[in-house]
Amino acid sequence: MISQFFVLSQRGDNIVFRDYRGEVAKGSAEIFFRKVKFWKEDEAEEAPPVFNVDGVNYIHVKVAGLFFVATSRVNVSPSLVLELLQRIARVTKDYLGVLNEDSLRKNFVLVYELLDEVIDFGYPQTTSTEALKSYVFNEPIVVDAGRLPPLGPAAMFMQGTKRMPGTAVTKSVVATEPGGKKREEIFVDIIEKISVTFSSSGYILTSEIDGTIQMKSYLTGNPEIRLALNEDLSIGRNGSSLYDYRSSTGGGTVILDDCNFHESVHLDSFDIDRTLTLIPSDGEFAVMNYRMTQEFKPPFRVTALIEEAGPSKAEVILKIRADFSPNVTANTITVQMPVPSYTMRASFELEAGATGQTTDFKEGSRRLEWNLKKIVGGAEHTLRAKLTFSQEMHGNIAKEAGPVNMNFTIPMYNASKLQVRYLQIAKKSKTYNPYRWVRYVTQANSYVARL
Amino acid sequence: MAPPVSATKSPSPSQPSGKSEVSDLKLQLRQLAGSRAPGADDAKRDLFKRVISCMTVGIDVSPAFSEMVMCSATSDVVLKKMCYLYVGNYARGNPDLALLTINFLQRDCHDQDPTIRGLALRSLCSLRVQNLVEYLVAPLVAGLKDHSSYVRTVAAIGVLKLYHISATTCHDSDFPAALKALMLSDPDAQVVANCLYSLLEIWTQEAGNSEEAAREIETLYGKPVIYYLLNRIRDFSEWAQCLLLDLVSKYIPADNNEIFDMMNLLEDRLQHANGAVVLATIKVFLHVTMSMTDVHQQVYERIKAPLLTLVGAGSPEQSYAVLCHLHILVMRAPMLFSSDYKHFYCQFSDPSYVKKLKLEMLTAIANESNTYEIVTELCEYAGNVDVPIARESIRAVGKIALQQYDVNAIVDRLLQFLEMEKDYVTAETLVLVKDLLRKYPQWSHDCIAVVGNISSNSIQEPKAKAALIWMLGEYSQDMMDAPYVLESLVENWEEEHSPEVRLHLLTAVMKCFFKRAPETQKALGAALSAGLADSHQDVHDRALFYYRLLQYDVAVAERVVNPPKQAVSVFADTQSSEIKDRIFDEFNSLSIVYQKPSYMFTDKEHRGPFEFAEDLSNLAIGGDSGDDAIRSAQRYQENDKDLLLSTSDKEENGGPTRNGSNSSTYSAPSDINSSLSALAPSSTAQTATFAIDDLLGLGVPDAPVLTLPPSLILNSKPVLDPGTFQKKWGQLTVSSSQESTLSIQGVASLTAPQSLIRHMQNNSIQCIASGGHPPNYKFFFFAQKEGSSSFFLVECIVNTASAKAQIKIKSDDASASDAFASLFQSALSNFGSL
Repeated sequence: MISQFFVLSQRGDNIVFRDYRGEVAKGSAEIFFRKVKFWKEDEAEEAPPVFNVDGVNYIHVKVAGLFFVATSRVNVSPSLVLELLQRIARVTKDYLGVLNEDSLRKNFVLVYELLDEVIDFGYPQTTSTEALKSYVFNEPIVVDAGRLPPLGPAAMFMQGTKRMPGTAVTKSVVATEPGGKKREEIFVDIIEKISVTFSSSGYILTSEIDGTIQMKSYLTGNPEIRLALNEDLSIGRNGSSLYDYRSSTGGGTVILDDCNFHESVHLDSFDIDRTLTLIPSDGEFAVMNYRMTQEFKPPFRVTALIEEAGPSKAEVILKIRADFSPNVTANTITVQMPVPSYTMRASFELEAGATGQTTDFKEGSRRLEWNLKKIVGGAEHTLRAKLTFSQEMHGNIAKEAGPVNMNFTIPMYNASKLQVRYLQIAKKSKTYNPYRWVRYVTQANSYVARL
Repeated sequence: MAPPVSATKSPSPSQPSGKSEVSDLKLQLRQLAGSRAPGADDAKRDLFKRVISCMTVGIDVSPAFSEMVMCSATSDVVLKKMCYLYVGNYARGNPDLALLTINFLQRDCHDQDPTIRGLALRSLCSLRVQNLVEYLVAPLVAGLKDHSSYVRTVAAIGVLKLYHISATTCHDSDFPAALKALMLSDPDAQVVANCLYSLLEIWTQEAGNSEEAAREIETLYGKPVIYYLLNRIRDFSEWAQCLLLDLVSKYIPADNNEIFDMMNLLEDRLQHANGAVVLATIKVFLHVTMSMTDVHQQVYERIKAPLLTLVGAGSPEQSYAVLCHLHILVMRAPMLFSSDYKHFYCQFSDPSYVKKLKLEMLTAIANESNTYEIVTELCEYAGNVDVPIARESIRAVGKIALQQYDVNAIVDRLLQFLEMEKDYVTAETLVLVKDLLRKYPQWSHDCIAVVGNISSNSIQEPKAKAALIWMLGEYSQDMMDAPYVLESLVENWEEEHSPEVRLHLLTAVMKCFFKRAPETQKALGAALSAGLADSHQDVHDRALFYYRLLQYDVAVAERVVNPPKQAVSVFADTQSSEIKDRIFDEFNSLSIVYQKPSYMFTDKEHRGPFEFAEDLSNLAIGGDSGDDAIRSAQRYQENDKDLLLSTSDKEENGGPTRNGSNSSTYSAPSDINSSLSALAPSSTAQTATFAIDDLLGLGVPDAPVLTLPPSLILNSKPVLDPGTFQKKWGQLTVSSSQESTLSIQGVASLTAPQSLIRHMQNNSIQCIASGGHPPNYKFFFFAQKEGSSSFFLVECIVNTASAKAQIKIKSDDASASDAFASLFQSALSNFGSL
């Protein structure tokens, strides 16, 4: 059971503090913050999400730059508390529309109302945004999402082929809109995080997709929804090795290693026609999480080269090629490459006519950084850099540099080819035709090329 | 590390601050208190918000208590809620003022609106003021019967709050019984769950002192309750499902059919998106299949995919918690994961605490089939920018080398590390090469050739320097310049800050001296005199010791300092298998994350039922072994065979069993018991035990209940503290080791260790530690011969599935141990049968 729950800002201020059982001393928030800040003095190591100080267990998640923390004196299930903390963050976001320090500070009384119902005497009660509605009496004070840095997947859809209102996913489930009438709409987002490791010869060492079908419903009256996925979707691989790349993938079948579902999902017809049936409750939730290690085409090919160019000089060539359709554009691409620790200077040479690209040599962390605003499918970009060393190099220079790591977001693209064939909403009347948004996005989780 | 925390922190600019703020608030509240002007509620809301915000940042706003109460007469729910929050926070410190709030809270408890009733009841119970408990009882009684399920959920937890303020009031009003009835009948699942939370907490707290509470707990773990809950599991919220599953994991199914029924029923819980539900389900699966090796193994196969999906799905924090559980499964059955190694490769975005876990897992699952790939991957990390992880990776390569039979390729890789010429890489590698040489002396030639090229000046880290010096001493015959390197190190004695290095230097110079005396003599003299003058006690003592040894006889000195060595076959685990089993028993808890059993990080009063086991585990760590301690190879082979462990020890089971003829000589107790059983009115053996005991006035637990044969009478109240027990257990040898069979009734009664402990206590045999989960329990007992100082110590492992008990007895007085053994056996075989 949980003794206390609190939310701390990045600077360590209490934004919300709720003591449920009065068995942990008052200074706990401060103890927590010091511990997290100075986890290991000599090494820049992050504090683990769960630790114990003087018999008090501190369990935390970081959401939107804030610490959501629970303390407990008993041997609780860490997963339960972490899931609960994450859920509290999500419910709060459902109510406030935007979750950040500002919105929390403006609405802390509402958050107290939520906390009162979500946990009683340390025991979780309900975390359903919908069920909580009858106990929350404060009106949310909506903060302007526009001038705030975008958070989470909401921001990635701005450049999609279908344009949609930027505030769509940042509105509260309870607040009435200026027009007075609520817009009937539902969002289904297929978000995929991909991890690929290329060997120095460009061969794919490992690849994995972790995907989520996320739903956020603003429909009134809780209509039933049918969500149809690829008909040829299959789950579970019966081969002995999960990494058997020789297996045929020519048929275009999507083979998931495994998946799990939200409580509200009915799987009655899933085995027959790959259809999920559910009555979405208010707020945001993951309908389904899935994992795939089947071979897929990586969206980018990355090649990196480092060569000696004199006794204390070297040249780096970084090349990326976008292996996807020209209709699709990747954005906010960052390529990073650690260089030998005795590197003093780096001078860069971008390709002729390059726009929206910046380069940097991070002296502190000895890294080259290459940022590209966007890359259109099919395009190829190259960066050359000349390094100057403070000493003569010895040994194999390639061992002292790399690996290259890449970050990107590709809207309206999904690597797994998992698709929502249709999204059907049970009709209440002939005129009832809510907006439906089905959106895809692929993000790099760990996209690494070795030297 | 954290400096002391001041009570009130300096507020940031955006936060309200200071005393003037509080008095200002007081003033404004007073002005508004009676106001019925339009807009007064809005003004109050603003003020209340400021008060709450002060409270949040830690400013003491309790001086405004009476003003807040004055303002609380309102119909505005938002205001009410803020007021409740305030009152709940400060009532304990202002019990007199809290009385003022009782009135309006009680009135609200009768409100038309169930939401208000619930809110008021919750706040009323949260006041935590001792002398107000009398006002709680009536609203709680009403609350438990309220027609709104919301109010009932609040009341069910309210009872628990009352219990914490005044346990006697709670019992006097018979609330536990009311909760139990509600739990078994309420249509609302959350009410049921809250009753269960409260009952578990109340009875767990009392189980140590009250047999009734212990019995009640056992009913909760009993078949009727478990089945009732399992059949409704889908009605419960995901959080309450976790509670139910945790309860179910303590239930002992009667037979295999029941086990399979349960697993089929819960199968789909493994597909839940909430990791906590999945882990709770896995715990059930693992526990119920503990004694079915094949099925247990299938469970591992079944849960792999869902766990890996959870690792990929959630936030980094959630993945970490799941990964910790995957980690313990991998550690227990590395073979089963040997083809999944790629899942444990470190990802660029992984935080270092995740990477560390993954490295340990990769180390564990490395075997003939995947070592090449794993080591190749680990070598990539060795050049990583993240230095701590690079270090861990090198250590991992070394550990793999130490656990493999064919290390040829790995040694080459390690030696390549030395060529990278990165300080930390060299340092880590030297330590590993040293360990490798201790295990595989045959590699000395290859290693020494490379190590010889390393300049001792470039090594700064004490551990690495010590390793290098050790090698210089050990292989001085093969390293041309060893005496000279050592000599230059001795010359810099003053600059060497680490005593560890200086100790190694002394020993290395000695060893070198025995092999190449003429070249080393000078260095040895210098080292010994520097050592004698050293300010560090250990260094000084060692130097003195060597000096005297050499003075006495050089040949003896050589035998002492540089004897022929045997290769180390196995480097001991840092954790004993008993500790590991204990951690595994606590699956789906913080123990898994900390890799420690709960008693090591939890205060006594916050532990679960029957967890009084610290003594037991102290025993287990007895032979506390550092990294380098050496254990027999036997253990290692056992680990190999022992893919999916059983909880019992594997050694010394073969002792002679002698429960035959001589047991009858000492079996008087059973006769008495059987004559008692004729008097027993009820058939349920377990409850009857206590009833009868009390009937005959024999129930005092510590009193010697039974007349024993004159040959051995036990002291009824022996005293032995755990430390002494542990010491004795370590010193004494096993004087008797046997296997005994439990009666069917005995097995039935043994739903928790407590029942047997009480039974043995009645036989003047005291329990000092116990633990385990169905079907395996482990106990440590002791007894003392009446009028003598000699103790009997017993380790007793009971498996309820096979109804067998393994007994090991150690005694100060070996001559009496046979007599005691049969006494113990007869006491055990009587268990449950009256």
